Amino acid sequence: MNILVFVKRVPDTESRIRIQREARGIVEEGLNFVISPYDEYAVEEALRLKEAQGGAVRVVSVGRDEAAAVLRKTLAMGADEAFLVKDDAPEAYDGLRTARIIARAVERKFAGADLLLFGKQSVGADNSQVPAMAAELLGLPQATVVTKLTVEGGAATALREIEGGTEKVSLSLPAVVSAQKGLNEPRYETLRGIMAAKKKPVPVITLEELGFGPGEPSPGLEVTGLDAPAARQAGKVLQGDPAETARELARLLRDEAKVI
Amino acid sequence: MIAAYLEIRDGKIKKSSLETLAEARRRAAELGVGTAAVMAGASVAGLAAAAFAAGAAKVYAIEDPALADYSAQAYAAALAGFAAEAKPAALFFSATAMGKDMAPRVAARLGVSLAADCTKVAVKDGALEFTRPIYAGKAILSVKLKTSPQLATLRPNVFPAGEPVEGGGEVVKMAAAVPEGAVKGRVVEVLKEETTELDVTEADVVISGGRGLKGPEAFALLRDMAAVFPRAAVGASRSAVDSGWIGHQHQVGQTGKTVSPQLYLAVGISGAIQHLAGMSSSKVIAAVNKDPEAPIFKVADYGIVGDLFEVVPKLTEELKKALKE
Ligand SMILES: Cc1cc2nc3c(=O)[nH]c(=O)nc-3n(C[C@H](O)[C@H](O)[C@H](O)COP(=O)(O)OP(=O)(O)OC[C@H]3O[C@@H](n4cnc5c(N)ncnc54)[C@H](O)[C@@H]3O)c2cc1C
Repeated sequence: MNILVFVKRVPDTESRIRIQREARGIVEEGLNFVISPYDEYAVEEALRLKEAQGGAVRVVSVGRDEAAAVLRKTLAMGADEAFLVKDDAPEAYDGLRTARIIARAVERKFAGADLLLFGKQSVGADNSQVPAMAAELLGLPQATVVTKLTVEGGAATALREIEGGTEKVSLSLPAVVSAQKGLNEPRYETLRGIMAAKKKPVPVITLEELGFGPGEPSPGLEVTGLDAPAARQAGKVLQGDPAETARELARLLRDEAKVI
Repeated sequence: MIAAYLEIRDGKIKKSSLETLAEARRRAAELGVGTAAVMAGASVAGLAAAAFAAGAAKVYAIEDPALADYSAQAYAAALAGFAAEAKPAALFFSATAMGKDMAPRVAARLGVSLAADCTKVAVKDGALEFTRPIYAGKAILSVKLKTSPQLATLRPNVFPAGEPVEGGGEVVKMAAAVPEGAVKGRVVEVLKEETTELDVTEADVVISGGRGLKGPEAFALLRDMAAVFPRAAVGASRSAVDSGWIGHQHQVGQTGKTVSPQLYLAVGISGAIQHLAGMSSSKVIAAVNKDPEAPIFKVADYGIVGDLFEVVPKLTEELKKALKE
């Protein structure tokens, strides 16, 4: 089976985010960057499918040169090849722009893939839209937010989380699947894998090669503000006898906060 | 016109869709345009009265046997067909499992960008502006869409539902433009959870437990408290889920669910940034933790410093009393 996995370099979830209000962006200096955690589930699932059924796992990231580091991590985990689609544009928070680049890359460079795996969202932009958009642009079926995946004979069955239950989605391949926590436990890189990954080339694909002109594809949205969240007022903290504090909290929730 | 897509589950319009419609109506009034509701399925026109009562001036009912089972491909084709024909200025979805699955496909089909999981919609200089948390709530992003129609998904429980409206309106029946043979994926089965418990994303009150609960048994204390409220659900931190004390569908946070209840009560939860990512848009946050330095107290409106095993049963009794009075 021929599997493509799409990964993104994002700030570590523990990072303190500093905002440049005027530039409507974040300060990247001093930030620790990682592979988006959901993408790790996607890589792991691809590796397991390959181990069970044979084939190849190729990993693609759209981003700046720095994204090569997360691609190397996936090579160290066991991916066969990794490619960087070089996009120097700053984060536009526009899922459609990314999906257009991905769809074009699939058509021009990676035709013939049986399965396209993504994380359910990139942590950071938290858009949850690139997998479904890429699926639509490529005319493929999709299952998003998937916690279980079975692939057999040109078809896949996926379980996805919905409110109060689970949906079983049946797909014919090729298809797009986005990974949710629970799908698997991602493996760690081995020392041998890390050493081998260092030696592997990470070919770069330019946007021109994909047929995009200068400034294309342009974002379909304009960032009008980027702010720190309104600080929540320091709350009332009650200490002392459990019975009294419980009574006081119930009273505050009813009379002051008016939520009960 | 601003249109709201109404999601139907078990023959009823979802509460979050009614919130979406109410927000569409408020922003449409501000822009001086109309409000419409869109529904899709094998047979949906019967729910038009409910949509009118929720504030729609016009109801579009897309009916097609191809829409009997949910398929992102078929539904996206149907909704894109609606947008091409009815030409709404904006189309809002609820950011539910279904909304997040289909809205991006509709957007890609129409070639427009999408503002996802919005917690605020405003009118600025005659155009819609969409606001939402990013970086796990550490930054707030506002965007204007350069494309038309303006597509957005709205986070459930954040936007107030409207007052019921008298009277009806026009029902426009539409066929779905689902190309033959183009649908290669669909939902074949919906597996319901056995419990009758509400989902954390839909509850007005979420009572969550963390590692401080020390085991699965103590979740019974939280369920007892949840039972005091009409629409409450039990949530959990990742630590509690990873320890196997409660199912992952209860997990709140970055790798769990995003909730915005009226009241969020964190019990024995430290308040790690990834947990806050899932609950910081709650209206009121309360916490019970024995550590006065726990980070959760930095975001909580109310807190009790104490042993949860002592505090929670007493709090349940007091809440019962407070609700009765
Ligand atoms: C990529 C990534 C994604 C993540 N996603 C999530 C997510 O979605 N959701 C999530 O919750 N976490 C997530 N985490 C994990 C997160 O970082 C924390 O580890 C987790 O939230 C801690 O859970 P906790 O607060 O229950 O446990 P702890 O941090 O161990 O806190 C337990 C708390 O209970 C208190 N306590 C103990 N005993 C008692 C008692 N008897 N009475 C009262 N209080 C008591 C303690 O004082 C402490 O504050 C993620 C982490 C990563 C790296």
